[in-house]
Amino acid sequence: MPSLVVTVGSIVGLHARPAALLVKAAQASGLAVTISRSGGPSVNAASMLSVLGMGVKHGEELEISVGEGENAEATLAQISELIATDHDAV
Amino acid sequence: MLIRGTGVSSGVVVGDVHRLRREGIGHAVPASAAQVLEALASVGGYLDRRADLTSMAAAQDVLRAQAMIAGDPALIEAIKARFVEDDTCEDVRPGIAAAFGGFRELLLAVGGYIAERVADLDEIRDRLIAAVAGVEWESIGLDKPAILIADDLTPADTAELDLRFALALVVAKGGPTSHTAIVARGLGIPAIVACPEAEHIDDGMTALVDGRDGVVIVSPTPADIAARSSREDLRRARSAAVSGPGLLADGRPIALLGNAGHVDDVVSASAAGAEGIGLLRTELLFLHRTEAPTLEEQVSVYSAALVAMTGRKVIVRTLDAGSDKPLPFLQASAEENPALGVRGWRLGRLDEITLEIQLDALAAAARATQTDPWVMAPMISTVSEAREFAQRARSKGLRHVGVMVETPSAALLAAEMLAEIDFASIGTNDLSQYVMAADRLDGRLGDLTTAWQPAVLRAVRMTLEAAVAHGKPVGVCGESAADPYMAAVLVGLGASSLSMAPSALGDVRATLSTVDHQACIRASHAALQAHSPEEARAAVVQLVDADA
Repeated sequence: MPSLVVTVGSIVGLHARPAALLVKAAQASGLAVTISRSGGPSVNAASMLSVLGMGVKHGEELEISVGEGENAEATLAQISELIATDHDAV
Repeated sequence: MLIRGTGVSSGVVVGDVHRLRREGIGHAVPASAAQVLEALASVGGYLDRRADLTSMAAAQDVLRAQAMIAGDPALIEAIKARFVEDDTCEDVRPGIAAAFGGFRELLLAVGGYIAERVADLDEIRDRLIAAVAGVEWESIGLDKPAILIADDLTPADTAELDLRFALALVVAKGGPTSHTAIVARGLGIPAIVACPEAEHIDDGMTALVDGRDGVVIVSPTPADIAARSSREDLRRARSAAVSGPGLLADGRPIALLGNAGHVDDVVSASAAGAEGIGLLRTELLFLHRTEAPTLEEQVSVYSAALVAMTGRKVIVRTLDAGSDKPLPFLQASAEENPALGVRGWRLGRLDEITLEIQLDALAAAARATQTDPWVMAPMISTVSEAREFAQRARSKGLRHVGVMVETPSAALLAAEMLAEIDFASIGTNDLSQYVMAADRLDGRLGDLTTAWQPAVLRAVRMTLEAAVAHGKPVGVCGESAADPYMAAVLVGLGASSLSMAPSALGDVRATLSTVDHQACIRASHAALQAHSPEEARAAVVQLVDADA
């Protein structure tokens, strides 16, 4: 299962718009996308409640994993970039 | 039956009661897992459709977020885990509550802005249980004129509500500055808040609402209706008879301005004869936005507001977010005590750019419209903050720079602050909450968070004495200025202008036209010497009405 560790770029952490973008991308991929903190439980990235419930802050490291399937690598790259970007940068 | 609350928008109406009940279903709800999931999908679909139908952007975002939660795969999993497929469970309510409860705790543990989403989660849970039970969730959709009675109304509620049919609003919770109060005044319909006994009023009853006195009479007699209506008519007639700029009985001018949250309010203030805008809030442009509005967008909104008031004074308040108005793109870390946290001017500690863009946009709008707007900063508590704001605003070419006086420290330092700036505006809503150390959002403390509290009046007096000594204009822009009796007190204390919801202008203008300056001064002394807000208001009512 392909996975990658990225640093959260959003200055507000993973909530509001950055969280919605992640959740929508995970849902759109049709694959099992999970995120976790080092050593922490894996959370379904397509679940807004689960993502919000992690309370991820700016600068934290997250491991992103994408389940087997077509475009798994491309999905991983897309979602990693999404998490690493600061969407609120002016 | 006569029930008392706090009247926040005047007027007398009689009508049928539409009771908005948000209580859970009180009986067992048998269903299968499949039925629960089906109901959840229908709730999500309903919320999405609601989002499509509403024209209010703020409500649309809330409804979309709720629809997204209703379709959340983890929530669906949690519900499935609670029920055995195909088996009918005797009562699904505890299982549903437990499935939601896990996420509820999760969000609460994160705190701050995320914890506030719990309200959305609770609403979806209750809608779901109602849907499974086959009980129609009380959407507030009014289809005929009625008096709306509720526990409280949230911004999302007011988006759902077809307010064209609302004759009056009566809520058990809330205070004079609550969302309900502001909406009602904007619509010009009577409203009463902080009215816990409203709980006893139910569908099928007829009620009279007197929003000036804060009284609800259930099953009113013809005599009740006649007495309250004719008194109200008299007040209204007096309002209608007096137009033009604010003048006391002795011809002394007192500028009467309107508060506005968007361009529509500026237009209605103008229609109500406002001599200008004493408070143009800019938060609505920013609230419920996931990113800050652009410079161009701000220039166009400010320009529209300035043009609608050409030739008259417009005071623009810079972004007053934080506390009860969090912004997703400008979010302080979770605060234990947001009203005392990074809000208003203090947001500059997190983000200098937003204010900079806002001042640039206002200056550009002023140039484009050839107007001369006034600008003020909220939540100023030190002289150096006032000085820094003045420097920054003036460097953009803005010529009238002021601050809000809403913290006790600003009132204490009013003289020193006024040396740095051109004007000030007393925000009595926040000043009351901070002087009294009482949360203005907590309806239980409504008696403490009124500007009639003698301690609040003293802080106002202190500020206005400094204003008179410095010869600089200081007005009042809190909701208290909308109370005609308080208006007389504020004039007596030396306020140079009063700014209020446009719908309150007529009443205040009429009342002030019946009293001279000496009477206002006497009223202010009476209020300051009172031992309680009730005593203060009663004394002033007596003085002012005697003159009328």
